[in-house]
Amino acid sequence: MNPTNYHDPEYYHKVVDCQYACPAHTPVPQYIRLIAAGKYTEAYMINWESNVFPGVLGRTCDRPCEPACRRGRVEEEPVAICRLKRVAADFKGEISHLLPEIPEIKNGKKIALIGGGPASLTVARDLAPLGYEIHLYDNHNKGGGMMRSQIPAFRLPAEVLDQEVNTILDMGIHTHFNTYVTSLASVLDKGYDAVFIGTGAPRGKNLELPGRYDAAKNIHIGIEWLANVAFEHIHSIGKRVIVLGGGNTAMDCCRTSRRLGGEDVKVVVRSPFNEMKASPWEIEDAMHEDIPITDNHVPKSFVVENGQLKGMYFEKVKPEYVDGKRKLVSTGEPDVFFPADDVIIAIGQENKFEWIERSLGVEFDQWEMPVLQKDTFASTLPGVFFGGDAALGPKNVITAVAQGHQAAISIDLYCKGEDITKRPPADTKLFSTKMGIHEWSYDNDIANDHRFIVPQEAKELTLKDRKKEVELGFDLKTAFKEAQRCLNCDVQTVFTENKCIECDACMDICPTNCITFTTDEEEEDVLRMKLLVPAINKTQDILVSDVLKTGKVMVKDEDMCLHCGLCAERCPTAAWDMKQFLYNTAKAGHFCYV
Amino acid sequence: MSYIKPKFAHPRLPKNEVGYTKKYYEGVISTLCAGCGHDSISAAIVEACFELNVEPHRVAKLSGIGCSSKTPAYYLSNSHGFNSVHGRMPSVATGANLANRSLIYLGVSGDGDTASIGMGQFVHAVRRNVNMTYIVMNNGCYGLTKGQDSATADYGSVSKSGHVNTYEGIDLCALAIQLGATYVAQSFSGDKQQLIPLIKGALSHSGFSLINVVSPCVTFNNNPGSTKSYDYVREHNEAVSKVDFVPVKEEITVSYDHSVVTPIEMHDGTQINFHKLSPVWDPENKISVLSALMFAKEKHEMLTGLLYFDKNSKELHELLHTTDTPLHQLSEKELIPGLEVLEKFNESMR
Repeated sequence: MNPTNYHDPEYYHKVVDCQYACPAHTPVPQYIRLIAAGKYTEAYMINWESNVFPGVLGRTCDRPCEPACRRGRVEEEPVAICRLKRVAADFKGEISHLLPEIPEIKNGKKIALIGGGPASLTVARDLAPLGYEIHLYDNHNKGGGMMRSQIPAFRLPAEVLDQEVNTILDMGIHTHFNTYVTSLASVLDKGYDAVFIGTGAPRGKNLELPGRYDAAKNIHIGIEWLANVAFEHIHSIGKRVIVLGGGNTAMDCCRTSRRLGGEDVKVVVRSPFNEMKASPWEIEDAMHEDIPITDNHVPKSFVVENGQLKGMYFEKVKPEYVDGKRKLVSTGEPDVFFPADDVIIAIGQENKFEWIERSLGVEFDQWEMPVLQKDTFASTLPGVFFGGDAALGPKNVITAVAQGHQAAISIDLYCKGEDITKRPPADTKLFSTKMGIHEWSYDNDIANDHRFIVPQEAKELTLKDRKKEVELGFDLKTAFKEAQRCLNCDVQTVFTENKCIECDACMDICPTNCITFTTDEEEEDVLRMKLLVPAINKTQDILVSDVLKTGKVMVKDEDMCLHCGLCAERCPTAAWDMKQFLYNTAKAGHFCYV
Repeated sequence: MSYIKPKFAHPRLPKNEVGYTKKYYEGVISTLCAGCGHDSISAAIVEACFELNVEPHRVAKLSGIGCSSKTPAYYLSNSHGFNSVHGRMPSVATGANLANRSLIYLGVSGDGDTASIGMGQFVHAVRRNVNMTYIVMNNGCYGLTKGQDSATADYGSVSKSGHVNTYEGIDLCALAIQLGATYVAQSFSGDKQQLIPLIKGALSHSGFSLINVVSPCVTFNNNPGSTKSYDYVREHNEAVSKVDFVPVKEEITVSYDHSVVTPIEMHDGTQINFHKLSPVWDPENKISVLSALMFAKEKHEMLTGLLYFDKNSKELHELLHTTDTPLHQLSEKELIPGLEVLEKFNESMR
């Protein structure tokens, strides 16, 4: 088969599983090495460049990087990437001198950002240093969007959020807080050069069941209720609480209820337990706070007597799978009654675009979502861009940040009158880590430790105080050990055919038998099966060399490579080298076309 | 970092019939020069033992002194080992084998350890047909003392310093055949496909098996003009035979062309299929093999593969008529059976 084109940066990018899986492509191994080296400020800044909210994300990220982590394949548990990010945030020093300078003289372009959440703030962060005059509109009295209104303080202390939001607002952003934008036309009338819409998915889904409005004061919509708690409009809840839904919002609602006086708080979910949408660690934390989760129960009706909520009826179901599709079928058992003083509906959220006049030229699709150009996030109305949950529906903070970066590039190009579809390439570097005969500029002695657990504050204390952070974060000693579990996947095994003398040394030494010298095959699938250990995980690439002197090819299965560098250490001709690969996605204004 | 090999293994590493993965047959990380042929031979030994389903505790690995003799540290960490005095490995192996015939004896040695200081030991182990595998990691130079020509360096071979060898090189295979070795093979460290079945055959053979493996010294003897460099051996390697190893349980269903393929039954019931790639010699006829070796030398070729095999091999224990019980297991009761037996014995001698 054709030799692998490793001159394409995307090949090595894919090898760095965590970075590849991250929507913002944060260079994870690089900052983990800095944490191990005690350089917390530098580690923080790498994160800040890429994901803007390291302190927030180090506590609340959905962590798509962790299921992707190579460590999870060669061992069991991935590196605790997310919580290491928090270490960088917790122990960083002064950063003000490292922040980009904001030009005194502006470039004459005005941008409006609607919504003060992660997407808009990312756009602000990327464009303010370029001299744009930025106006940010939000209906709350502070920035942060859903990070403030939906993530409870016991998971994300306000100080952490304030600091990272203010870092951006201090870049000379004109804030228009307590301003609910009711018309896009009125915004456009103000003569902005571009408008970014990052209004999130602010409407919690309702559940129209019998009795829903008979005791409305005790039946709440999840995200609205969380916002009311966060902005201190609500201070208590009944003793018996039912939370409907199986996502992360449901977990936040039930845990918040426990702190506001809920004693008998339970989560009731339609789906089977193992298909719940919430992150496993969020479910775990909820159960740790004595919140039982009842699965396979579909809500039927609210029971209200004399205007007072008494509880809810549920139908017991079981899942049936037809062609991989799940159907919930009644078990035929009688409906179950759960008593409750309050019910919180946390079954999803939706977008809300009534404020965008349809006559303006911003097209919407059949699901009432804006029609956007892929990659540029431009709407059908030139100069209007979307990002975050407002763009493609509810996702998570890190996705909003990634989309914010892309929208900022588009806005910058648009304001310069350039073609926004011509996307700037990522900034990549590949350089040897060799320092001596057995010395590399990274630590390739891989720790065998299992994943370390992040300590938590005692439950007795956290349940009493809604604002008391539950997770304590790693101490520096544990952080170092956890950081050492990282396999440095960004230090690539780079093979140079014409140096190889086919002595087999690399094949013999490889601890995980990734390297095979064998005769070539036409079909990749056939070649994969010929390796020392067949490369059956097709989500991972194989690195195939050009034909060597004896007619064989070198094939390396990227799947289980430890990046330990032993192949390079045992290579007599330096045909293997361990090269560090840096991949930074382009940011607005900071690139040049090659 | 220093020499550390991660403990991780590929999670899908296959297990053999005795329940071990290949990892279990490995040793510590090699401290030989990067690219040393010896490391490939170590890897071939690991693979052969894994594929043969040998239980590591049934193997005794022995060596002398030299780069080659360091290698037992790099394979079979779970086996018995003895690192003997320079050149004395054959004697130690003979003694160990006599005391405990139940183990599989695997000796590794180098060209210096075998053909120079250990020559007097080597030849006697051969002629006694000690039941062992003797692998010579032959690089034609003294790598441990900076690359002087060894006794197996070919006449005319050029060293790294430019010196042309004026002495005749010892042909260990020819010598072993003359002295009565019963399994003689030659191979190249860079050709595991050939080497692994040869090692498996040798380990299964009852009697003295010699495998002379040309193993380039990347540091001192991999230069142009050397006859034991990677490039030279690849160009001048003339494989005379190809060996497939057929385990005892595997049914042979393919019908072979017997003019080319000779199935050879080993004492333990396993079989090797011997593909004769060259018509010039008969692997069971010493005269034919020796002349083929001489011809090859004339033509500057190196014959590789299984060169000679004696299916009527009688190993040392058979020649000595020792008891089937390993000698070290005999207790005082069996060794000193008492006056009555002595008298009976004396009587029989009268």
